[in-house]
This record gives sequence, structure tokens and C-alpha cells, in this order.
Amino acid sequence: MGRITLEGVQKSFGPVDIIKGADLDIPDGAFVVFVGPSGCGKTTLLRLIAGLEDVSGGKILIDGKNVVDVPPAKRGLSMVFQSYALYPHMSVRGNIAFGLKMAGLPKDEINRKVEAAAATLNLTPYLDRKPRELSGGQRQRVAIGRAIVREPKAFLFDEPLSNLDAALRVQMRLEVTRLQKQLATTAIYVTHDQVEAMTMADKIVVLSAGKIEQYGSPLELYERPANLFVAGFIGSPKMNLISGDTATGYGAATIGVRPEHLKVDADGKGWPGKVIIAEHLGSDTFLYVDAGPLGTLTVRGAGEIGVKTGDQIALVPDPNRIYRFDTNGNAIFA
Amino acid sequence: MARKVTTTSVAVSTAGAWLVGFLIFFPILWMVLTSFKTELEAFATPPSFLFFHWTTENYATVQERSDYVHHALNSIIIAGGSTLIALLIAIPAAWSMAFSPTKRTKDILLWMLSTKMMPPVGVLVPIYLIYRNFGLLDTRAGLIFILCLGNLPIVIWMLFTYFKEIPKDILEAARMDGATVGRELIYVLTPMAIPGLASTMLLNLILAWNEAFWTLNLSTLDAAPLTTFIASYSSPEGLFWAKLSAASTLAVAPILIVGWFSQKQLVRGLTFGAVK
Repeated sequence: MGRITLEGVQKSFGPVDIIKGADLDIPDGAFVVFVGPSGCGKTTLLRLIAGLEDVSGGKILIDGKNVVDVPPAKRGLSMVFQSYALYPHMSVRGNIAFGLKMAGLPKDEINRKVEAAAATLNLTPYLDRKPRELSGGQRQRVAIGRAIVREPKAFLFDEPLSNLDAALRVQMRLEVTRLQKQLATTAIYVTHDQVEAMTMADKIVVLSAGKIEQYGSPLELYERPANLFVAGFIGSPKMNLISGDTATGYGAATIGVRPEHLKVDADGKGWPGKVIIAEHLGSDTFLYVDAGPLGTLTVRGAGEIGVKTGDQIALVPDPNRIYRFDTNGNAIFA
Repeated sequence: MARKVTTTSVAVSTAGAWLVGFLIFFPILWMVLTSFKTELEAFATPPSFLFFHWTTENYATVQERSDYVHHALNSIIIAGGSTLIALLIAIPAAWSMAFSPTKRTKDILLWMLSTKMMPPVGVLVPIYLIYRNFGLLDTRAGLIFILCLGNLPIVIWMLFTYFKEIPKDILEAARMDGATVGRELIYVLTPMAIPGLASTMLLNLILAWNEAFWTLNLSTLDAAPLTTFIASYSSPEGLFWAKLSAASTLAVAPILIVGWFSQKQLVRGLTFGAVK
């Protein structure tokens, strides 16, 4: 079991409030991603759950038990660090076995578990190598092996893929997701990469400046962003935000239209604008359009839509996909 | 474009490196050669390089006139003792400064280093008087004490930079793995710090072995290490170069041998902090 509940968790470093009261309920077996811009407190929140930092206020419950005064090792969680944090003087076997050795398990049981973990992660041929003799992806797998071998209540991942190159990152992303489903263990995953968040998560926590902005499934966040911050953060390219008279016409202070919900109108009816740059990717076309008082709008068209740089065009938003926000930036739901 | 490495350039730089190495080594070579000459030949102009009358009489004279073993033992005790005590003080100090620094840590480190900026001769008189009043003159304990204090700032600085290189993540990983502070120390920190500890120890050993200012001023015979032994062969008049060279050769031989066998650690020690 691994249900993690936060109740009013606060953290300040001196006079600076890093986490300003977080409430969260992570069900057992869920894959939850903390996402947000750098400095939003996502790593701090993870470290608070891990016990590597002490809370300034509030409760952290694991399976209903408050653990704020419990040392990290006794919380039954395991963590994968951004830098992998492997023990450089130990072999792969030693690294994976370390936690079990500290727990005082008998030798043959340690060996059995280490070998099982290594087999799961395709590390068996490397068990006797030192971390410096491994590639980045292999080191990453050792770090994950060290985490799974202890059969924790939950995994904590702190930007584990950010040191890998793009291709390997995609591959490891799939492996981590597959492994988590296979083990059915709760996972909390910190990243600043919204693609990672959208693809891996059962539920996403969007953080900004120490505050939880929204907690929901990837599609909920995409379809019903709670406020301007989430609307701008989730989705790539970013949502177009328009204020002024156009927004007032929709009964809002600001309206948002995602690039994929803007269409080029063949009859020239709609918001007029001039294409500053057209990017043709084959599968998609991205247009950056100077739309006068509306500002620069981004348009994403499926496939090749036959518009080039310098063209005068008119844009029409999908009427069912216009997001409305009030003066405080909160979403207005009809 | 990558730089091209041609055979010629390799040959030239190899020859250059050997030349520089030879120039640096030459004084030691000359000292060893001189120690095998007669006093007259040692003094001769032009000097003869290899074709002289080889003799070991200087070594015999030196051994007759003074007790090499006594001084060598003093050197070992003083250099070893001061290094050991300095490490015992410096390890916890550097440890706490590296892993739980406060706002004042940088100031303390700088202040410690600043004590090395004062020329020792500036405090010779007060230290001498203190040593006289406490009965520490010409005692091994007194020399161990002053050399330990003199080298302590460097030892703490070196260890501090080594400990700083150990990523905090690894310590946190050990904590997540359930290691107590004691086990973290035994299984994770110490094995990772051993190269640093070894090179710090070696460098300090050499510094203490070669220290001549305090050992010459605060010891005469009982506690006199090899530095004093060498100095006793220098005199304002008469022929003494060959015997002085013999004494010097005997004095530097042990530390030279130790240095030779620990080159790898030493190079790391001397470039501490500069390369990762």
C-alpha cells in the first residue's frame, strides 16, 4: 500500500516561503507527476515527502500515518536522483544491494532480490561493473534498480531523465512507465518537461511559486485548465491568450485559444493577420501570425495547409474551444 | 578542428619535458654526486661531473661524527606525529565545514589561511620564550605541536576541498537506503574520501619533514630532526661541501623514496581542487 496524503504542508527557508500550504491526496498505485517551472518548489515538495527536508508546518500521511517526524529510511520510500547518486566505489551489485544490506537482510535473500531486480532492468551482464564503466542509460537503470529492490511503498523520482539525450529519454520514459504499471507501486515524479508529465502521469500536479495550481488527469488539465497559469503551462505550443475588447466580447477578461483550435479561414472571414514565420514539419504546420491588436498568435495546422511566410490570412477559433478567464486569471466555466 | 598530433611534435614535447625534468632534478643529482667526492674535488673549478675519485669516506665521517639514526628517528616521530594529530583535528573540522556550512564558514577558512601569511620569524621571540618557560625547548612534543599548528590550515583546506567534491546526493541516497550516520561514514564517506586523505597525509608529511625554521630554532640535539643534522655540517670556514652533501643525501633519501612510491597521490594532492 502506498497512499500519500499532504495536509497543509508548508516549508520556509528562513523568511522565504517555498511551499505555501499544499494539500494533496495521492491514491495507492497512482503515477503522479509534479510539474512546474524551475523554482516553483516541486523538488522541495518531493524532498519533504522523502524526509530529506523537514516540514515547517502541516502533515504528511503515508497510509494514514503522519510521518513528519519519521527519518527518511523509515518512511518506506525510495528515491531516484537526478544525478543518479550511485556509490562510485561499489559495483552495480553493491549499489543495488546497499539498502537491503542496511536493512540487515540475510545474504542469500539479498542476492536473490538483487538478481531479480537486475533481470527486470537488463542489468545482469553488468552486475560486477563499477558505475563509471556504464553509460548514462545504464547508470539510470542502476539507480532505478536500487529503488525497486527495496519494494517501497512509493517511488520518488527527481527529474531522473534530464541528464539523458533526447532519444534515450523517450526510451527510458517508456521503461519507467511500464515498470511502474508492472509493479503497481505509487510513484511521484518531478519534472519541468510537460511532455514527460502529459505522457507518463495518471495525474498531474501543476505547481507555481510554491502553490498547487491544479491537480488532475493530463486531459483534464488540457481541457479544463483552472487558471491562466495552467492554461499557459500545459500544451505545446503555448495557448494564445487574448485580452481587451475581443475578450470582453466573450464575457471574459482574457480568452485563451490553443494553436490547434485556430483555423485558417478560406473565405478571409475572421481575425485578420500576416504570417511572420511559417514552419513546415510535414506532419504539422506552425504559423506565427501578427494579428494586430490581438498580438502574435500561434497556429498549428495538421499536415500541410498551404500557407507561406508573408501571406495575409484570417483566423477563426473553434467556438467550443475558447477558454475564458476572469480578472484574477481564474477560469470561467459556462 | 581537432589539433593534429604529429610524431615530430610528440618527440619535441617529450624532449622538452625531459629537459625541464632534468633541470629540476639537477641540484639533487649534483648533491648526490658531490657526496661521493673528496672535499678537494667537491670544491674544484671547473667541477668534474662523473670522472672523479669516487669515495664513500664522507658517509663514514658523517656517521662517525653524528648519530644519523637518532636524527632520522626524530624526523619520523615529529613529521608523523604532527601529521597524525593535524589529521585528527582537521577531519572533523573539514567535515562539518563541507557538509553543514554556516554563514561564517568561508570567513573561518580564510582566517585560518591568513595565519600562513605571517612570516614565522615574526613570532619567533614570543614562541621561543613560551617554549622556554614551559620547558618545551628541544623536545619532540614541542616540535610536533608547532609543526602541527603550522600545517593545520593547509590540511583543513585540502580536506575541505576533497569533502566538497563528494556530491551531497550520494549522502542523501545513503540516508534513503537506511544508513545511519555511523554506517554512512564507514560504507560511503570514508571509502570515497580515502584518496583525498592519503594525498593530504603525504603532502603534510613532506612539509613537516622538510620544515627547517622551527626545528632549527627550537631544537639542539635531543629532539633535533634531520634538518638540524644537515645544518650542523655547514660551517663558516673550512671545506665542508662533500660532507654536507652526504648528510643532505642521507636526510632526503627516506622522503624521496616515500614520494617516489606515492607519486599518483602526490600529484593529486599538489593540484588539489584544480582538476576533477
